[in-house]
Amino acid sequence: MALKIVKGSIDRMFDKNLQDLVRGIRNHKEEEAKYISTCIDEIKQELKQDNIAVKANAVCKLTYLQMLGYDVSWAAFNIVEVMSSSKFTYKRIGYLAASQCFHESTDVIMLTTNQIRKDLSSPNQYDTGVALTGLSCFVTPDLARDLANDIMTLMSHTKPYIRKKAVLIMYKVFLKYPESLRPAFPRLKEKLEDPDPGVQSAAVNVICELARRNPKNYLSLAPLFFKLMTSSTNNWVLIKIIKLFGALTPLEPRLGKKLIEPLTNLIHSTSAMSLLYECVNTVIAVLISLSSGMPNHSASIQLCVQKLRILIEDSDQNLKYLGLLAMSKILKTHPKSVQSHKDLILQCLDDKDESIRLRALDLLYGMVSKKNLMEIVKKLMLHVDKAEGTTYRDELLTKIIDICSQSNYQYITNFEWYISILVELTRLEGTRHGHLIASQMLDVAIRVKAIRGFAVAQMATLLDNAHLLTGNVQRKGICEVLYAAAWICGEFSEHLENPMQTLEAMLRPKVATLPGHIQAVYVQNAAKLFATVLKSGEGSADSTAAQEMMIERLPLFVQSANLEVQERASCILQLVKYIQKLQQKDVEIAEEVIALFAGELNPVAPKAQKKVPVPEGLDLDAWINEPPSESESEDEQPRAIFSKEEPKYSRPRHTEVDEKELAKRREVRKQEQASNPFYIKSSPSSQKVYQEGPGVEHIPVVQIDLTVPLKVPGLPMSDQYVKLEEERRQKDRADKKKKEKKKRKEKRGGGRGKKHDSGPESEEDITPAHMVDIVTEEMPENALPSDDDDKDPNDPHKALDIDLDKPLADNEKLPVRSHRAAEVLKSPTEDEDEPVVQSEETSVVAAPPTSTTSEVSDLDFWLSNAPVPSNAQEAAPVAADPVPEAASGAAPDSEPEEPKDTEAEETPMSNYCLLAENSYIKMMLEDADQVNDIQGNLQDGSQVVVSVIFENKCESFLKSMEFNVLDSLNSKLQRPEGSGAHDALSVPFQLPPGVSNEARFVFTMQSIVMPQKLKGTLTFIVKNEDSSTHEKLEFKLHFTCSSYLITTPCYSDAFAKLLESGDLKCSSVKLEGISMPFHHLLAKICFHHHFSVVERIDSCASMYSRSIQGHHVCLLVKTSEQTVSIDAKCDEPTLLGNVLDEIKQTFSQC
Amino acid sequence: MRFMLLFSRQGKLRLQKWYTATAERDKKKMVRELMQIVLARKPKMCSFLEWRDLKIVYKRYASLYFCCAIEEQDNELITLEVIHRFVELLDKYFGSVCELDIIFNFEKAYFILDEFLMGGEIQDTSKKSVLKAIEQADLLQEEDESPRSVLEEMGLA
Repeated sequence: MALKIVKGSIDRMFDKNLQDLVRGIRNHKEEEAKYISTCIDEIKQELKQDNIAVKANAVCKLTYLQMLGYDVSWAAFNIVEVMSSSKFTYKRIGYLAASQCFHESTDVIMLTTNQIRKDLSSPNQYDTGVALTGLSCFVTPDLARDLANDIMTLMSHTKPYIRKKAVLIMYKVFLKYPESLRPAFPRLKEKLEDPDPGVQSAAVNVICELARRNPKNYLSLAPLFFKLMTSSTNNWVLIKIIKLFGALTPLEPRLGKKLIEPLTNLIHSTSAMSLLYECVNTVIAVLISLSSGMPNHSASIQLCVQKLRILIEDSDQNLKYLGLLAMSKILKTHPKSVQSHKDLILQCLDDKDESIRLRALDLLYGMVSKKNLMEIVKKLMLHVDKAEGTTYRDELLTKIIDICSQSNYQYITNFEWYISILVELTRLEGTRHGHLIASQMLDVAIRVKAIRGFAVAQMATLLDNAHLLTGNVQRKGICEVLYAAAWICGEFSEHLENPMQTLEAMLRPKVATLPGHIQAVYVQNAAKLFATVLKSGEGSADSTAAQEMMIERLPLFVQSANLEVQERASCILQLVKYIQKLQQKDVEIAEEVIALFAGELNPVAPKAQKKVPVPEGLDLDAWINEPPSESESEDEQPRAIFSKEEPKYSRPRHTEVDEKELAKRREVRKQEQASNPFYIKSSPSSQKVYQEGPGVEHIPVVQIDLTVPLKVPGLPMSDQYVKLEEERRQKDRADKKKKEKKKRKEKRGGGRGKKHDSGPESEEDITPAHMVDIVTEEMPENALPSDDDDKDPNDPHKALDIDLDKPLADNEKLPVRSHRAAEVLKSPTEDEDEPVVQSEETSVVAAPPTSTTSEVSDLDFWLSNAPVPSNAQEAAPVAADPVPEAASGAAPDSEPEEPKDTEAEETPMSNYCLLAENSYIKMMLEDADQVNDIQGNLQDGSQVVVSVIFENKCESFLKSMEFNVLDSLNSKLQRPEGSGAHDALSVPFQLPPGVSNEARFVFTMQSIVMPQKLKGTLTFIVKNEDSSTHEKLEFKLHFTCSSYLITTPCYSDAFAKLLESGDLKCSSVKLEGISMPFHHLLAKICFHHHFSVVERIDSCASMYSRSIQGHHVCLLVKTSEQTVSIDAKCDEPTLLGNVLDEIKQTFSQC
Repeated sequence: MRFMLLFSRQGKLRLQKWYTATAERDKKKMVRELMQIVLARKPKMCSFLEWRDLKIVYKRYASLYFCCAIEEQDNELITLEVIHRFVELLDKYFGSVCELDIIFNFEKAYFILDEFLMGGEIQDTSKKSVLKAIEQADLLQEEDESPRSVLEEMGLA
């Protein structure tokens, strides 16, 4: 034995250590593989020895080789041996090797459980540390289950060094063994307030990571994190917390409101760019989740944009990049704030860094408006010329086209300009995107009728100069453009100036070198041109010349190797020959030939085919013929698979549509089309709308461009349009001013401006140069909205979606395996891996969730800004809770049942009332509270904000909620820019079962003297595990006149002056049988009708309120016996009458 | 953080740390792909790029590239800070660190990284406490080794 040890040690002196190995590899650069294979042989020898030092050295070398990419999985067992060494030096190496080489399928891992447990409880903190570090890399579900309890104990270790590691590793444990989350969570939460900053930040890290994935379970921690955020000075921790809030706010908009202030403070004060960036990002996220109709926080947005501008202007490329990235997030909701920084973004296009240029391009996409489109595209065209490298140039090209064509060419005012841009783009060398340009040309020519004449002229020039496009081999991609050019010239040949010339160009011998599919289009459209020539003058010189040309040139195509070309060419050749024959007999044939190509094609939406509903009575799954008998088993199998999949895929899609829904959608669609100025197909009467628009026909652009004919496609043309456009706009503006002076009284029809109601005025002024009638793409009648996709079911974080507020049940304890090793030896049949909870397993009793409600309402209380009724504390605890159930009347038994005997006992007054409810969802409406536009435009500046609480009452997930209201003339729901007057607003959150959330909607009111009722619908998708259905809920929004009043304090002397002024009209009302005490009566009027008490003397009181449009309302309330008389004065009698009616109503109810 | 890589300008991997279990084959493929992308970038370019569903943050120190993969919502700037912090730690530990230090003492570099990050999360934001932990662990290692005399080593004692 001793000899063996001696031998081992002597050997060891000649062994290579790691340094030798590295050096050796560096010295054998040419034959590295060979050298390493000898090294591996040596290592294998070393591993066979008993000396642990030798083994550790070998394992260390293996770890290095593993990094170089060699397979070392064969040594896994040796690694475990080294891990279990009692010496820290070796243990450290063992764990390092394990953390680098082990993964879940390494089978020796299960041997390590006991070793790791031993190390975790080692008195040496570094042993424990090393074990924790290693474990964090290779933890498996089994290890996590078996060790969770040990690690949880370590979270309360005396040494912070261990505590912080234990806290961090818990996250990995949760991921592998989600059952451990609930038992461990209370302790984890405790660690948020650990005295050691390292442990604290570790806990913040873990909870933030957890919460980012499943935010709704962590809402109740918001107050704690809020406290941490406002007190912490550690930027690392702050960033994590702020990120966490970013994940929470979409679920709880009220939280967002609370956050804005501290975040803006941080933005102002911090010097750390990373923290600044995080704050800006979160503010943006918060504002996006609030933007569903809140009067926007323009100050915060301005601040963000300002700070981002500083980042973008910085010389540090990284900050520039991130600034642009964040800017694009703002762009989505607040395009105007970003647009003002156009100069800066355009500058970034000159940046040396391509990734920055690409970001800037992305931004430009969202920044264009009618006003600046031409300018931006001009700038981009310059860049196209300068750009080196085809990838970037191609990127620019696609971006230009994207920018111009976005939202149905919304920003293009002059399509002649756009066509010339497209023509200019064809000059690009070596682009792959010829087909993109071609499809744009086709699209514009087809859908914008007014442009066809111009487009045809341009395309004819292109065809004429086709050699410029095809001359170079490099330009292969671009010849796709000729496909479009030929088709446009053929299809709209009536616009051609000189069809003969174009016909000649299309039949040149050189055409035969083009790709087959283009030749085919050439041939077909040559025939169309021929028909046009024929029609223009049958028997004239031109038509005979055309005939001869066709007969002479077509045979070239008849010989084409491409079948399509060949077939079309021979067909058309025969046709022409036949026509010739007929003409020789003096038969008039032109009309018949033209009839061959009669009729117009409409563009069809790309998704149209998919959306055609299956007709009633058609079962696509039914057999057409009965399947053959089951004799051939081999054939059977694939069929079985096929028919199994089929129903799964198609059925649920069709069951969603019921007849009613279809009818409704059809109706909506018709309405939409009727009001869509771009849609001309529905009825001839809608065309009149265009004629009524301001006299666009007289605009001279069309005549002017005749003097600028395009001869060579190599000339930049589009610039002239920029100039022309500028002049035109100026002229327009001048015209308009004149008109307005002359016809001040004349009311103009809405024209086509309606769609862009929300746009800025300057946008509005820009009239398009042409009659732009974009034909909408055809869709089947009842196109379905497409469902959005679901979460990835493989996401490991999904398993951690666990309610943490529920109290622990008995069976949820972590498995403990204490001192069972001996028993295991005795009874080897027992399954070692089974967690020891057998005794409890038989008596599984889920504890009732008692403490949850209080915690949730704590959060609500913390978040709530709504005033709590003053005497609420004395009523039942539910009343202190502004959550809607309390006062809705829907809450069944929680209301105190004792008779009213004390003064304090009073039905709690709540801001919320039930709006609508069905078996899925409940909508609660907060008494509209008012925001008066400070600018004080009395006619249209008045806005009313309506807060609606949505509560999910069913067991399923509610999503895609859309809120819509049928606007009346007087009151309109404010919708985001660019959406139509009937578009629904999507509610910015989804509702898991049992959750409620609040959304705010802004309404604009014209007149407030009458109460208003608006009908609305809420549509939403109810999603279960296996199905999802579309549901809707109808509701009526009731705007009372009282809701237009704002509680405004008034002093008695001012009040007296007001009454004396004599401007106010008088009215009065008497209420009989009121038995409540006077002060309750006053409180009721104050609360429900937004009055304030000016003065009260005994049983007499004066009250005051103001409407959002500045009407004064004064009341004098007197009571005697059971009669209450109210004398009222107001400068608007209708309003006053309605308010009094409402007061009467309030008291008749009680 | 999903993983951290250290590689040289010549495309040699010097350190790799994976914080999520990844199959060996995928690791190799990802490393190769990333090295290609990062090494092709010009020095003036910014340190961030989007790659697959991840964001890559890299920074070059002398001949070494430090490269981290983070998730969509993670903060790029703080990741740069993490890289810088790690370099500072290496620098303090080795005393003006160079590539060779990391090659020859690659296990030490790992130990430092493991003290600094765990499971992809920052363990300690204070440089001092990280270095202290490393030093003490090293001391322990030396204690382990020092009592052995040559004879003991040879098994003769």
